[in-house]
Amino acid sequence: MSTTTRARTVVLAGNPNVGKTTLFNRLTGGRARVGNYPGVTVERHLGRLSLPDLTAAELIDSPGTYSLSARTLDEQVAFATISGLAPGDRPDLVVVVVDAARLSRNLYLVLQVLELGLPVVVALNMVDEARRSGLEPDVPALERELGVPVVPVVARKGEGTDALLRAVAAVLHDPARGTRDRELWTPEPALAADVAAVAEALPAEWHGGDERRRDALALWALLSLDPDDELIEIPPVLRDAVESRRARATADGRTIDREVIAARYAWIDARVTETVRDRRRVRRWTDRLDRFLLHPVLGFAFFLLLMTGLFQALFAGADPVIGRIEDGLGWLSARAADALPGGLFADFVVDGLIGGVGAFLVFLPQIVILFLFLGLLEDSGYMARVAVLMDRIMKALGLHGRAFVPMLSGFACAVPAILATRNMERQRDRLLTMMVLPLMTCSARLPVYGLLIAAIVPIGEPGAPFRQGLLLAGMYVFGTVTALVCAFVLGRTLIRGPRIPLVLEMPPYRLPHAPTVLRTVTEQASEFVKKAGTVILLCSIAMWVLLEFPRHEPEGTGETETAAAAAQASESYAGQLGRALEPVLEPLGFDWRIGVGIVGAFAAREVFVSTMGVVYGVGADVDEETPALRERLAAATWPDGRLLFTPLVCLSLMVFFALACQCMSTLAVVRRETRTWRWPVFMLAYMTVLAWGASFAVFQGGRLLGFA
Amino acid sequence: MTTLDSLSVGGEATIVDVGGARPLQRRLMEFGILPGTRVRLVRRHALQGIVELEVRDSHLTLRAHEAGRLSVDRV
Repeated sequence: MSTTTRARTVVLAGNPNVGKTTLFNRLTGGRARVGNYPGVTVERHLGRLSLPDLTAAELIDSPGTYSLSARTLDEQVAFATISGLAPGDRPDLVVVVVDAARLSRNLYLVLQVLELGLPVVVALNMVDEARRSGLEPDVPALERELGVPVVPVVARKGEGTDALLRAVAAVLHDPARGTRDRELWTPEPALAADVAAVAEALPAEWHGGDERRRDALALWALLSLDPDDELIEIPPVLRDAVESRRARATADGRTIDREVIAARYAWIDARVTETVRDRRRVRRWTDRLDRFLLHPVLGFAFFLLLMTGLFQALFAGADPVIGRIEDGLGWLSARAADALPGGLFADFVVDGLIGGVGAFLVFLPQIVILFLFLGLLEDSGYMARVAVLMDRIMKALGLHGRAFVPMLSGFACAVPAILATRNMERQRDRLLTMMVLPLMTCSARLPVYGLLIAAIVPIGEPGAPFRQGLLLAGMYVFGTVTALVCAFVLGRTLIRGPRIPLVLEMPPYRLPHAPTVLRTVTEQASEFVKKAGTVILLCSIAMWVLLEFPRHEPEGTGETETAAAAAQASESYAGQLGRALEPVLEPLGFDWRIGVGIVGAFAAREVFVSTMGVVYGVGADVDEETPALRERLAAATWPDGRLLFTPLVCLSLMVFFALACQCMSTLAVVRRETRTWRWPVFMLAYMTVLAWGASFAVFQGGRLLGFA
Repeated sequence: MTTLDSLSVGGEATIVDVGGARPLQRRLMEFGILPGTRVRLVRRHALQGIVELEVRDSHLTLRAHEAGRLSVDRV
């Protein structure tokens, strides 16, 4: 086997909140590729290590974890990345990042990696913080006890990273220097028998015959496998072996978990005595802040204030930038229209291509704001408190405490909100939040509600503003309650997951590290443009084709431009689709023209208003305030002369818009986040069924009650 | 002997036994909460039913009913 040409792989491991991301950025010089771990949707960062001896090596980040033993899929990803189960995936070196101020708990993970027999370099991070609390780590003693290099670093300031890179290069050159040569602890005979029995059932390629690695993997299996774990690709024979050994241990009054974990901590406690001189002083600021931020009244008030701020920023803050982007695209469209000879191709460039680019670019300001906000909350340590504050409410609904922030962001736009579900560790929690997010009333629904509410309560009627406001608020409540009910139902049926105990670390508050936060923001934004942007662009072009083909033949010279546009909309594929849908839509009170609007709204909900403008011959350049459009709608009738837009139909249509998943950008983002079409298709299906059912109930129920 | 959730705020104790379902037990033990470990109850979030502990220089939160599964000796 030739290893000289292969780039070496170095995996970065560590507990959450130990500065792993900051160190990753330092070591890779800020250039990283973002991908996914094989087979799952957890994001993975890869970067090139610039080693002093110019060895080619790739640094792979692993999800932050307190232990290698796994119960959820996401924990399994950390384990698989660090241990490298398949022979080709085995890392050449694992850098374990350790919080110098919380040494004993952090060493637990180091021990597990050492047990696997992998070459290790320990990065002792935040030594400055540890020193400030009077804790001077004894590096040579630690190196001696662990038997691997230990390098003190301060990732935030870049201190010690050169020494760390030198140590990494040295171990890559001579793996023996980073490999512990003796056992850490010896299991009691009963446990040794369990290990031996389970080791027999391990797939040979996991350990390749290496005895020490085999025993370590057997321990992993004994501690991880459980009848209701979420782990994938575990051979049934291994599950059986673990199950029978655990059953036997229980019968003998033993607890394997405790024996193993206690043995590891016994090793640690015999060697590391934490000598923090003045324990209370260390967290003085954090304790003071927590007294306020976790206060049952003030803490909640502050959180709500913060969320209001986010809400304002997403709405008002993003608006001018979105306007700027739209102006820029308008300018570009005008130039393109001037430069190109008129006709279909110019239409394609202006409406299809530039319009399609605009369709995803307008999301960028909100994505940047949201991720800046999330990055600050996460890096300062506040996000852990959010989970505590919201745990009781969200748990009752089957949601994660952290789901609150993405859910709230959904009021602005589901697209960035879905990206924000990454703040949760577990795939099941992310998925559940994603599936109900689009039911929150996003800002694109507002123009549609505006138009329809004005049709129900005409402006100028006595008390109109109040009644209109009440209706709008009602729609917000309706969307939110539906989202929560759906979360409750889905979380107990399709997207079930074992309840995980809420054992959370409350890290000390720290000033957010600006470079780390900003890098995350730029990374997310560029990822969104690259991945979701392509899908949104393609969908926009497809929608353009649906609305523009087949071409309408002008009928002589008498036809006005708006009439031609109306005819085009009616004869297009979208128009035909609207007509074909009429039998399905009629029970909801909608005619084919509304059907065209609904089809068109799939590109983006607010497009409904301009489509209505086109099919009712007012022209596309309308908004919900245009009096001409409102008058046309008020006058529109069925072929038999009945009025079309009765208050009941408008209400039914609003309910439809509240619940239907009419947003291809949302579906594109869900597809990108879940790496499968299954979930976006499910989302589209369940929301459409829900929307149809609710509109049917409103319209038919309303008729039964005697409303026209 | 008493349970962890019945400690008063600021009270310190030594863990005697870690009970509860396997996921809870395993998680707590991997955080270093084992028989013999010293813990301190830092704060109670009564409204959320959550207690905050200090153990091995970290602060952890857990639900009060989960904390009730840990037996401790007051120090």
